Amino acid sequence: MASEIAAAPAAPALGTEAGAGFIAHLDPRRHPWLAALAAVLLLVAAWTATGTTPVALRHLWQWSPTLLLGLLTNVQISVLAMAIGTAVGLLVGALSFSPFAPVRGATRWYVQFFRNAPVLVLIYFTTYVFPFELRLAAWTVPFPDWLKVVLGLALPTSAVVAEIFRGAIQSIPSAQWEAAQSLAFRRGEIFRLIVLPQCLRRMLPPWMNLYASITMSTALSSLVGAHDVVDAAQVASNTVARTDFTVLVYFTLLAVFFAYCYPIARATRALERRHARH
Amino acid sequence: MPATETATPLSNTPLVALRDVELAFGANAVLRGISLEVQRGQAVSIIGPSGSGKSTILRCITGLLRPQRGEIRVGDTRVDALRAEAEFIALRKRVGFVFQQYNLFPHLTVLENLVIAPTRVAGRERAAAEREARELLDKVRLSHKAAAYPGELSGGQQQRVAIARALAMRPELMLFDEVTSALDPETVGEVLTVIRDLVREGLTCVLVTHEMRFAEEISDTVYFTEAGVIVEHGPPARIFRAPASDRTRAFLHRALGDGARDPSDDSVPARRPAPFPETPPFDRLRFAL
Repeated sequence: MASEIAAAPAAPALGTEAGAGFIAHLDPRRHPWLAALAAVLLLVAAWTATGTTPVALRHLWQWSPTLLLGLLTNVQISVLAMAIGTAVGLLVGALSFSPFAPVRGATRWYVQFFRNAPVLVLIYFTTYVFPFELRLAAWTVPFPDWLKVVLGLALPTSAVVAEIFRGAIQSIPSAQWEAAQSLAFRRGEIFRLIVLPQCLRRMLPPWMNLYASITMSTALSSLVGAHDVVDAAQVASNTVARTDFTVLVYFTLLAVFFAYCYPIARATRALERRHARH
Repeated sequence: MPATETATPLSNTPLVALRDVELAFGANAVLRGISLEVQRGQAVSIIGPSGSGKSTILRCITGLLRPQRGEIRVGDTRVDALRAEAEFIALRKRVGFVFQQYNLFPHLTVLENLVIAPTRVAGRERAAAEREARELLDKVRLSHKAAAYPGELSGGQQQRVAIARALAMRPELMLFDEVTSALDPETVGEVLTVIRDLVREGLTCVLVTHEMRFAEEISDTVYFTEAGVIVEHGPPARIFRAPASDRTRAFLHRALGDGARDPSDDSVPARRPAPFPETPPFDRLRFAL
């Protein structure tokens, strides 16, 4: 009898313990994102069940495929601009160590010119400087607006990458060269095996920051007729023609850009912290 | 005690020989006629005040600096006449160099720091180089740190890795450039122990140092430099106990501290004189961050 009484409260105690563990897992202080997601899901479920979804939200849901397609254009532009800008920037950065003074001078001017130009002006510049189609022998290749935006963004990107690269190489202490020299490495080997690997690690955080800022600049592409996420939002806003929807759609844009760029910023900081230790 | 000028017979050709070496940085004359010899298997210490050109001598021996005048020989190599990169490579394969600031490669693990030169420069098998690297780490008592990065080690540990890294190239000559000057006083001993072992094994070593007691203990010959010239040289017993020059006496008096060592007093002081840090211990700052 006594043992039964003693055993009985034990079972629910186990249950609450497991429950407490589950609640703790959903503790909003520990998992703010999970908690927010749960709240949104609950709200949407309630709206759907009771049929009281706000009209603006219903419109947003309808337009979301268009907005996502536009966002894809932004991602495409940013990735391509970054790829081209990085390739050109590394080349320019390497040339800035050229033994020939005119080459060094040219790279310095290139970097200064494109780093100090407003991105919007560069986008207009590439848009109107290039024809809308290219004639290559017998073929006529269209030169779409979004590709011109890519070039317009790749110019300042290359200038900044060149600066990041030059700074990284200069930040490697000359003692590293001396140490490698005294171990009988050749100059080329020192650069390839000792200096460059250290440079790449140092370049990664500023390079990722640059990507985030280029991604935000892709919002300018709508101004020259590229069908990006901002353009999609404008079309949606004009079509629906409701003030609350317009406000909502631009809030959504802010949230989308934040959701894309913030993790990059977080990853950059994490990398910087890790490198600070080594 | 007989006051012989050199500790070894002159018949052997020295491994290192400098003759009237002069070097200036612009208008600033750093070496003003340095002559110095190191016999195979000897340990030679160069002592003297800061800025007297001690480190510059070492950099000239391994070809990192080129003197304007004079002759430098390492074995059969005329270092001052080298021009092509391949010639410098051949020289530096035979000469190990350890720096004051360790200068380990921060992006590589301790083991990789030891393996990279033997495999990439000397063309040894990776497995063999790794085995040898582990033996060297054992020798400097750091086998447990093979997988660590230099930034995770203390200054003394980094310096021992740097010594092992230089040894991994199997040099016939080791140059130590004030290797304990940047270290915390408590880690100086562990580095000196490693160097002492190397000297006992008969590796030819040239040390620039501020550790007077250590120089006295391990050296076959001590050179005292001041203002770019060699004031005097000889066996440590004579240099430290009965220096011929007043300048040497004055320097030793300063370096060993007032009353720490009277030249006429044969008893060894119980306390080791404080090391002379020429530069602040950067590593301490780094670990505080």
